[in-house]
Amino acid sequence: MSPNPQPAVEVSGLVKRYGSKTAVDGLDLVAQPGTVLALLGPNGAGKTTTIEICEGFRAADGGTVRVLGLAPGDQALRPRIGVMPQGGGGYPGIRAEEMLNLVAACAADPLDPKWLIEVLGLSGAVRTPYKRLSGGQQQRLSLACALIGRPELVFLDEPTAGMDPQARRLVWDLVGALKDDGVTVLLTTHLMDEAEALADQIVIIDQGRVVAQGSPTELTANRADDQQLRFRARPGLDTSLLSAALPEGLKVREATRGQYVVEGLIDPQVVSTVTSWCAQQGVLAEELTVAKRSLEDVFLELTGRELRS
Amino acid sequence: MTTFAPGTFKPAPGRGSLARMLFVHARTEAVLTLRNGEQILLTVIIPMALLIALSLMSVIPMPEPRVGSAAARIFALAIISSAFTGQAIALGFDRRYGVLKRLAASALPRWLLVTGRICGALVVAAIQVALLAVTALVLGWKFPLSGLPWLVLLIVLGTLTFGALGVLLGGALRAEIVLALANIIWFVLLMVGGVALSVPVGFVHLLPSAALAQAMESAVVYGTAPDAGPVAVLLAWGVAAGALATRTTRLT
Repeated sequence: MSPNPQPAVEVSGLVKRYGSKTAVDGLDLVAQPGTVLALLGPNGAGKTTTIEICEGFRAADGGTVRVLGLAPGDQALRPRIGVMPQGGGGYPGIRAEEMLNLVAACAADPLDPKWLIEVLGLSGAVRTPYKRLSGGQQQRLSLACALIGRPELVFLDEPTAGMDPQARRLVWDLVGALKDDGVTVLLTTHLMDEAEALADQIVIIDQGRVVAQGSPTELTANRADDQQLRFRARPGLDTSLLSAALPEGLKVREATRGQYVVEGLIDPQVVSTVTSWCAQQGVLAEELTVAKRSLEDVFLELTGRELRS
Repeated sequence: MTTFAPGTFKPAPGRGSLARMLFVHARTEAVLTLRNGEQILLTVIIPMALLIALSLMSVIPMPEPRVGSAAARIFALAIISSAFTGQAIALGFDRRYGVLKRLAASALPRWLLVTGRICGALVVAAIQVALLAVTALVLGWKFPLSGLPWLVLLIVLGTLTFGALGVLLGGALRAEIVLALANIIWFVLLMVGGVALSVPVGFVHLLPSAALAQAMESAVVYGTAPDAGPVAVLLAWGVAAGALATRTTRLT
């Protein structure tokens, strides 16, 4: 591979407005070939709009988008990409096998539809009309349609929405296998663990803007003083006493009833101080853990903690 | 954990052959229509019942030869049923279930998406007319064979014109509204649109339904070419609806 390969997807300064609402507001991202990029954000952040512009379903109001070096609407692109739209898609009365055969007919060298149906656990539903499949089954069929043509690049819009944990696990395994075989994957999700487990590169977006991006490790990297020590003990301990016993700069709070958090630079001395202080109070510090920031902490910090519709 | 042999998903992109895409797509469209019970009721059973009623019940006014006249009208109705009402409803629900977006995302070119649907509709129309023709022959219809090429041509023209109108309706509105409107329009055209009965009102002749029934009569009863008038009316409606539909049809 050349040192500077052409990016699989390159978006710069992307803008999309719906009436007076700006859904995507100057977004930049680059997906390198053979990697998995996750667009992570709360509902309404602009993930689907962004991915649908890359797929050629929507026109941008500003900025540039190149997909495999081409404009998103270019017909030459179609056979090279696999698309899993949000919520799937199929004729209401079509059977899973017929739908997959139809999409397979559009490809020069498709995967074996029968095999793919089996892999995706749809063998029991081959004769069920699309409209009677469960949401998770429709999603799996849609994923099969995205992969059947052996694409170089796949767009997966919320691929595990509506799936049970087993199916979700299977999708994760599939994404891993795609990446191992050199396929570029651009997916959207609002699930932190999904982004963390799958992505080489995570782009966190909120209100149409990139608020952070990097590898999962980079995003959750601890600054030295950004750690947490958590323990469980009797509720209502006087945390100011513990604070006084600890070195300067450490913050102590009772996060929820009986769940205490010490934030700052956690070293062995701090752990020892906490346990001996607890002993002095005649309480046992249970479930004592030292943790780094999770992606969830990063995400909530960046996108706010209040729920949005 | 599910594991896959290395290279299972190694990219090998490429578009399938156009002929095969067209064949599979058209076959899918036709099979789905023929498997749908409500569609069969609308496109075959009701027209056949009406054909028998119009042929045998002398209380209904019908020019002689009675069975031939009835057959011409019912062939027109069958095409309106499948190409307009059936197509509009199917398209409305196909959009609801996201299939157009799904197919537009595949390597299927847009023009083929339209062509495949048309071919599927033509297959269905041919089967309908064949079944109705056999029934009419049993009832005593004498088909002047010189009309056969014109019959075939009118099946194609009628399917295209009413298909364009069906896409215009089914491609723009919500599925439930399409369902209601497509059935109401079908009934209105049947009763006062110059299909089941001749309506001696001037503007009715400008409706595509009356035009198709009148053109069918030339081919089916007299074995002659249809007049230029009805053909022009059909073409005008088809071109106008097609042009408008390309602007208003949405994928979802």
